Amino acid sequence: MSDSLVGAAAAQVAPAHADPIHSQGTVAVADPQLVRLLTPEGERLDHPEYSRYAADLTDADLRGFYRDLVLVRRIDVEATALQRQGELGIWASLLGQEAAQIGSGRAMQPQDFVFPTYREHGVAWTRGVDPIRLLGLFRGVDQGGWDPTEHNFHLYTIVIGAQTLHATGYAMGIQRDGAVGQGPDGDQGTAVVAYFGDGATSQGDVNESFVWASVFNAPVVFFCQNNQWAISEPLARQSRIPLYQRAQGFGFPGVRVDGNDVLACYAVTRAALATARAGGGPTLIEAYTYRMGAHTTSDDPTRYRIAADLEAWRLKDPIERVKAYLARSGIADSAYFAEIDAESDTLAADLRAQCLAMPDPAPLALFDHVYVDQTALLGEERTAYAAYLDSFEPAGHGGKGR
Amino acid sequence: MGQTTLAKAINMGLRTAMEDDPKVLVMGEDVGRLGGVFRVTDGLQKDFGEDRVIDTPLAESGIIGTAVGLALRGYRPVCEIQFDGFVFPGFDQIVSQVAKMHYRSLGKVRVPIVIRIPFGGGIGAVEHHSESPEALFAHTPGLKVVACSNALDGYAMIQQAIASDDPYIFLEPKRRYWEKAEIPDGFSVGAADPLHSARVLRPGRDVSVFAYGPMVRTAIQAAAVAEGEGRSVEVVDLRSISPLDLPVITGSVARTGRAVTLHEAPVSFGVGAELAARITEACFYSLEAPVLRVGGFDVPYPPARLEEEYLPDLDRVLDAIDRVASY
Repeated sequence: MSDSLVGAAAAQVAPAHADPIHSQGTVAVADPQLVRLLTPEGERLDHPEYSRYAADLTDADLRGFYRDLVLVRRIDVEATALQRQGELGIWASLLGQEAAQIGSGRAMQPQDFVFPTYREHGVAWTRGVDPIRLLGLFRGVDQGGWDPTEHNFHLYTIVIGAQTLHATGYAMGIQRDGAVGQGPDGDQGTAVVAYFGDGATSQGDVNESFVWASVFNAPVVFFCQNNQWAISEPLARQSRIPLYQRAQGFGFPGVRVDGNDVLACYAVTRAALATARAGGGPTLIEAYTYRMGAHTTSDDPTRYRIAADLEAWRLKDPIERVKAYLARSGIADSAYFAEIDAESDTLAADLRAQCLAMPDPAPLALFDHVYVDQTALLGEERTAYAAYLDSFEPAGHGGKGR
Repeated sequence: MGQTTLAKAINMGLRTAMEDDPKVLVMGEDVGRLGGVFRVTDGLQKDFGEDRVIDTPLAESGIIGTAVGLALRGYRPVCEIQFDGFVFPGFDQIVSQVAKMHYRSLGKVRVPIVIRIPFGGGIGAVEHHSESPEALFAHTPGLKVVACSNALDGYAMIQQAIASDDPYIFLEPKRRYWEKAEIPDGFSVGAADPLHSARVLRPGRDVSVFAYGPMVRTAIQAAAVAEGEGRSVEVVDLRSISPLDLPVITGSVARTGRAVTLHEAPVSFGVGAELAARITEACFYSLEAPVLRVGGFDVPYPPARLEEEYLPDLDRVLDAIDRVASY
């Protein structure tokens, strides 16, 4: 990292008494380090370092980004509605973070492995996880319904930051498999992406994972979606410096990208993955974005943030800028946009139908998979509970029985 | 192999496991060049290299958390926690991740991790170096918890735990590390007792004493003294704390009608409490006396000059045997 960044870091340390909400709203705009390839108005920008990582995107790729963004937002909207109607216990909306997730997700290769939080519905989409599989956890019928090895997409981790250590360990396994630096330029190697949020950067596990990834030079990309809020706590309660600058102290590069710019997120992640898969070690990416919705459907953000912030961020919407760019450049027309809208409605209807049809697990599934080799004691507990359930009359008695 | 210390026996067990399976890794603080503060991993890095015997940063959550990731990639990490009291920075990863991963994934994911913990007191150490946290782990579904008490078991049990696809808390009685036992030449883990079997070390007729780890030797000594006083004491080495080998435990009490549980950990909510409940449920009509628990007091582990007061010793075990026998 250059000396100029050291200076920038020192200059950007906010005074302790600064109004947190005000200061966090201004940092990104004033930050010359923010990587952006597509303006909120939909104009392509050149970036000396990162443009080349998006230069080979075809028109079909760009339309594909738009499709991803729209469909993932529609999935999110439908899931929120399902929660409001009592079909899901809770939902963690990704509204506003679609570009960060689609851009980074589409930058990966099939052999790469992802460790998500519980909000990475867009990344899951890019890894081919059927959206219905995401709903099981939120409906309460399972705690992760997909096979991580089938998609190279680990289960959602709810404990904040814990998965960053798993990602780092997995990356150390990749090193031991000799799967780093494969191919003529190391370009066939395997890398890991660890997702987390701004709140997680205060966790010990995240900081430990930075230490480990650094000293072992592990092929892991730390992708932080700084959505400005850890439930009710603003970024200023987590850090006095921009988060990407934390990387410097751990000894690896950090970069801040416009998290609402799908092209920039794609390019920056692709670059970091290229470094990791070639043996160049970890990178911290701070995708600067905004959580447009509540933390979860159980949260009420009107208690702690002002509507004006939301309005300001609405002007930076991750989908509108892509749509404007595609339309202006003639890559897509209104017929295409209508086609995607229709596809999203179909997808949402299918998702709803599948959600409503999702069966509850059988009572005795309670005992399954505690161990690979189930213990005799647990087997006895299961048998006893089965006998207890069977002791009830088939009908009535509060719905007991199996 | 002849007379071997417990520390050396575990070392040999680790070596055999690493030779048998290239996916077995050893990781922890000072386990490489130093060979571990108790030398349990002595020589392994030299022979298996730094990629398989990993000196880690000083971060226990990092040790466990990265072991999870390594396991997800197909490795079988054996983590060393340097001392019992230092496991707690890694407690969240153990309880929230290691223990629950298989269940959470509906069986699709396995995390065959062994977490070795030198545990217990009696070495005159400073705070955090003498604790017995086994009940915390035994209370956590998804983990299996075992404790070896002698060199032969140390050699076999570590290999068995590593070979299992379930995650293990592997407790090593640090004050017994230098005690020797015979490991027969040509002994192979295939000839060992099943990992989760308890063992009647010394048959008796009057009272059953249940111990594990460092207290097994104390129980044996107590039984020998009691014999001189005309009491026939059966000593059972639990070996497995979770799951408990209930057939052997209840079988013993069915014969003797009296039970004493023994561990260094505080008695309240401890392994002895679970044993007492299980014995009461299964042996109610065989019991001639209430189950008595001998253990540490319900205080934090004390300064070294007080640990002889804290730790159960021969006399406290004999006192309990007397009380349960005269009930």
